[in-house]
Amino acid sequence: MSGQSSGCGFLMSVVVHGDSALNEQENELNQQLRRLYPAVNELETPLPRSWSPKDKFSYIGLSQNNLRVHYKGHGKTPKDAASVRATHPIPAACWDKHSYGYHGDDGHSFCSSGTGQPYGPTFTTGDVIGCCVNLINNTCFYTKNGHSLVCDLTNHLSIFVCPQPNLYPTVGLQTPGEVVDANFGQHPFVFDIEDYMREWRTKIQAQIDRFPIGDREGEWQSMIQKMVASYLVHHSYCATAEAFAKSTDQAVHEELASIKNRQKIQKLVLSGRMGEAIETTQQLYPSLLESNPNLLFMLKVRQFIEMVNGTDSEVRCLGGRSPKSQDSYTGSPRPFSSPRHKASGSQAYLTGFDGGCCNGVMSSKAHPSPHSHKPCPPGPALLAPAAELSSLNGSHSLQQPNASTDVDMEVDHFTNGVTESSSNGFFNGTSKHGAQTEDCDTDMEVESAQSKRQLCGGSQAAIERMIHFGRELQSMSEHLRRECGKNSVNKKMLKDAFSLLAYSDPWTSPVGYQLDSIQREPVCSTLNSAILETHNLPKQPPLAQAVGQAAQCLSIMAHSGSGSCAFAAVDDYLH
Amino acid sequence: AYCLLTSHIEVTATSRHYVDRLFDPDPQKVLQGVIDMKNAVIGNNKQKANLIVLGAVPRLLYLLQQGSSSSELRAECAVVLGSLAMGTENNIKSLVDCHIIPALLQGRCMLTVCVTPCQDPTVIPHLMSLLSRSQRTQEYITQIFSHCCKTPEHQTVLFNHGAIQNIAPLLISPSYKVRMQALKCFSVLAYENTQVSMTLVNVLVDEELLSQVFVRMMQRDQPIDMQLTAAKCLTYMCRAGAIRTDDSCIVLKTLPCLVRMCSKERLLEERVEGAETLAYLMEPDVELQRIASVTDHLVAMLADYFKYPSSVSAITDIKRLDHDLKHAHELRQAAFKLYASLGSNDEDIRKKITETENMMDRIVSGLSESSVKVRLAAVRCLHSLSRSVQQLRTSFHDHAVWKPLMKLLQNAPDEVLVMASSTLCNLLLEFSPSKEPILESGVIELLCSLTQSDSPALRVNGIWALMNMAFQADQKVKGEIVRALGTEQLFRLLSDPDSNVLMKTLGLLRNLLSTRPHIDQVMSSHGKQIMQAVTLILEGEHSIEVKEQTLCILANIADGNTAKELIMTNDDILQKIKYYMAHSNVKLQLAATFCISNLIWNEEDGSQERQDKLRELGFVDILHKLTQASDPNLCDRAKTAMQQYLA
Repeated sequence: MSGQSSGCGFLMSVVVHGDSALNEQENELNQQLRRLYPAVNELETPLPRSWSPKDKFSYIGLSQNNLRVHYKGHGKTPKDAASVRATHPIPAACWDKHSYGYHGDDGHSFCSSGTGQPYGPTFTTGDVIGCCVNLINNTCFYTKNGHSLVCDLTNHLSIFVCPQPNLYPTVGLQTPGEVVDANFGQHPFVFDIEDYMREWRTKIQAQIDRFPIGDREGEWQSMIQKMVASYLVHHSYCATAEAFAKSTDQAVHEELASIKNRQKIQKLVLSGRMGEAIETTQQLYPSLLESNPNLLFMLKVRQFIEMVNGTDSEVRCLGGRSPKSQDSYTGSPRPFSSPRHKASGSQAYLTGFDGGCCNGVMSSKAHPSPHSHKPCPPGPALLAPAAELSSLNGSHSLQQPNASTDVDMEVDHFTNGVTESSSNGFFNGTSKHGAQTEDCDTDMEVESAQSKRQLCGGSQAAIERMIHFGRELQSMSEHLRRECGKNSVNKKMLKDAFSLLAYSDPWTSPVGYQLDSIQREPVCSTLNSAILETHNLPKQPPLAQAVGQAAQCLSIMAHSGSGSCAFAAVDDYLH
Repeated sequence: AYCLLTSHIEVTATSRHYVDRLFDPDPQKVLQGVIDMKNAVIGNNKQKANLIVLGAVPRLLYLLQQGSSSSELRAECAVVLGSLAMGTENNIKSLVDCHIIPALLQGRCMLTVCVTPCQDPTVIPHLMSLLSRSQRTQEYITQIFSHCCKTPEHQTVLFNHGAIQNIAPLLISPSYKVRMQALKCFSVLAYENTQVSMTLVNVLVDEELLSQVFVRMMQRDQPIDMQLTAAKCLTYMCRAGAIRTDDSCIVLKTLPCLVRMCSKERLLEERVEGAETLAYLMEPDVELQRIASVTDHLVAMLADYFKYPSSVSAITDIKRLDHDLKHAHELRQAAFKLYASLGSNDEDIRKKITETENMMDRIVSGLSESSVKVRLAAVRCLHSLSRSVQQLRTSFHDHAVWKPLMKLLQNAPDEVLVMASSTLCNLLLEFSPSKEPILESGVIELLCSLTQSDSPALRVNGIWALMNMAFQADQKVKGEIVRALGTEQLFRLLSDPDSNVLMKTLGLLRNLLSTRPHIDQVMSSHGKQIMQAVTLILEGEHSIEVKEQTLCILANIADGNTAKELIMTNDDILQKIKYYMAHSNVKLQLAATFCISNLIWNEEDGSQERQDKLRELGFVDILHKLTQASDPNLCDRAKTAMQQYLA
């Protein structure tokens, strides 16, 4: 596997005969290395931290935590030199062909060949020599006592390095008694590498900022408007989408009724009323679930979970409460919800961005035009969400959605070529926002549905219904396996859902996260995408796709050794 | 502002008349109107306020900025504006509100305002007090200061008015423009000014040392203009002695920053400024020169400075060609300056420079460029490299650099002449293979004329070159030198007020008076004058070096066959020699002893008589004492002399 790119990373500096290296806190080193190699995930591609006791000549001795190298004796002839290399390469693989070096005795530089050419000053006892590989312009330069020996790219002395090979920091020694101490980032470097990195960060960012957008006037703007409109439509923000389309003079490519239907289904899913959601879907899109048994299975599993939760309409009825009055969902799907989850394992994730959008949509929808929702036939009662939200929010802080669970789950989803490191960073920045909004919704449900949090809302009849439903689900799963073959995803899904019953308090159990209303979002998003597909509409909004594509690009750049990705994070551009 | 003022100021008819006249179609009448207005407003705050209310300021500004206005009219307008600015705070505010400052900052009128601040002591405090008003006034006023501050006196005036304390806080202003102008102001204030620089190092801005603020401004993510100007500030502070040359902020920050400014990635203007500033920074310090010479392959990087306009620019883009042409001279002179500075002390660096692609050819063509600036810089570079014995023997000769150098000496401004003649001195050193062809080119006349210059530097170089030329030269050359210079001029130079000139003239005499036949020949024709001059110098108030040189001349004369007698028959001189043998300075004792040793040398005719005479005069006793001297050289010399008596 090829390594990740480090942008520009300082390999090391060596002190010939320098002071002994002190043992620094491991943590500090970790932090320092993270700063020096911004796009590197050490779990995947460990960084060099010391000399390798394995990859060395026998005349080489190591000490000081494998940071000090000394030459123990003569080789076959006094001219024989010996070398040692670091434990890990600089992430970005061909040790034999591509090697680069700087010799102290003559100041010559060696590039993939045994003959050197005059490069810089000679160095000797007491000098600190550094080596920096810049994976943005694929060059390498050395430093002496903190002074850089960079040269113009047009200069014949420029050292161009192959972007692919693993470069191992290596030192060679020839004189008996010679000692070299290495610093892989344990100590501050004499050369101001941070300043060098600052310059490159600025360069990359300027390049992004100056990137030419569209030749013709207005083209760029209309494209942005289309993206926003399609995003609103995708998530069924009817009123906003309508208003936006009107003010930007665009056509909406889906009928309003269709949008509203999707909106209705989404609301049901997000409020945990899965039975009704399934029913409505079958009613409005008769062939959809029939032709898509895995989707139906997923919905049913979710329904089972909602039953355990006491939120599904079927168990609610049995609890003796009218679904209408019990329902307290905000009336519009939580706007951040669907996009937080990609439809079907591809790269549609859009979070930070979403957070911003969601706020605007919420208020415009809830306050000035609640009536626009009235025509929705059997829709849940439309409360004034903002007012309730705030008061409820103030009095309840019981259930805090676990942000880390959230992230874990997200990460699990990214099996499709998106590296953990980049997706992690991406989500961390935004989960907070999601969590805040989440609070309100969760609280509201807690208030109405399960202030005591009992299994299936506490009704014995409901529990029986749930058990019965579970059996149906089990047989559906077996049926599905016979028809379509094994499906590990389905199997795990069902196993996890059933595990809920193994605990006296499912909510605090290790599988309790499933009960969290935030888990409704991927289900909602998947269902929404499936409906859109039947209408030949994209299953993801172009906006989410663009953001996902940008993140994926960066990840591919990192894997292919293109260094500039280290200084460009999608997050920096999502505010 | 106008409304506010009209409420309590009565506009009189006379005031209106002044303003109306500014609109007269006849320029002559307008001029007279402005002059009358000037006389009317002096010392009259009320009148000033009236005129401002009536809208005189925009009209005056218009006239000031009009290309068709005569310079007389423009000057008068500026004076009136300056006068209006001298009124109340409100008046100044009105002027600033009219955007007077940006207008004044453009073009020639600036000059008028420039002189005012330093002539009129009240303007500066006014401007200082305006600094706190707004970011705009901060930006403009600091800009005025940087533009106006042209001399050390200006620096002192601003310094005494608290410029440093007032401007330092602006370095951390939220506005980039303000920070930048404040920074520029400091670079102008600190330039070659020890007082300012010494104060600056101790200034704190928000509990941070100013030098650290400058270091932060040099960070690589800062705009280039800011990095460069901050580097200038630190350079000037360092050259003024306020920061040591081995301070890390110089060695690890300023120097690398300036080297980066020379990179191909920078704009041509930035590369020029970067190279010039770097040359200035390291001029006196060999360690900085060594570091710079290896940093980022600077020596090779500078070679690119000679490639403008490039062949590509000529073909692709006429605008670029124009731009390149405009900067080509500046780039070349900056590169020459930096090479000169880099090579001024270290032999290895000089070697590296001369080995740079086409370096010597570039210098040679630089010497004959039309731009004086380039010629001067090229000759400075050549001068720096001419300090290398190896280069004089090799590249200098191979490229016949003496030819363009001689041409340059024919007709050049004094500053070029000083450098060129100084370089010539090195080319005339005896081991230099260029010495012969230079002699044949008829350089003597030219050098002699230099000795008559008003500039001491040129006189020194002229006589120095002649001195080098006379060293171990044949009789013909020496004769030519004496003839061309003329004894009169030679003796005039021996009484030159500049001790360097005197030293080199004595050096020339000493070189002329070497090898016996030459000594006798010169002394037979000029003996009398030379002895006279020697006497005068030995009696006069001169440095040890001058006296030593003079005694060495006497020693040379004492080595002649016939010339000896000029000393032996001159009791006065003999007494002087005796005096110096007993002097407290060993060098003088040694030179005087050498002289006596030559006089009593055994193998020569008449040595017995001379020995006898000198014994009578008490020289033997002195020599005897000197054999006990603590200085081994002096002791040996005295013993050798004593042996002449024993043989």
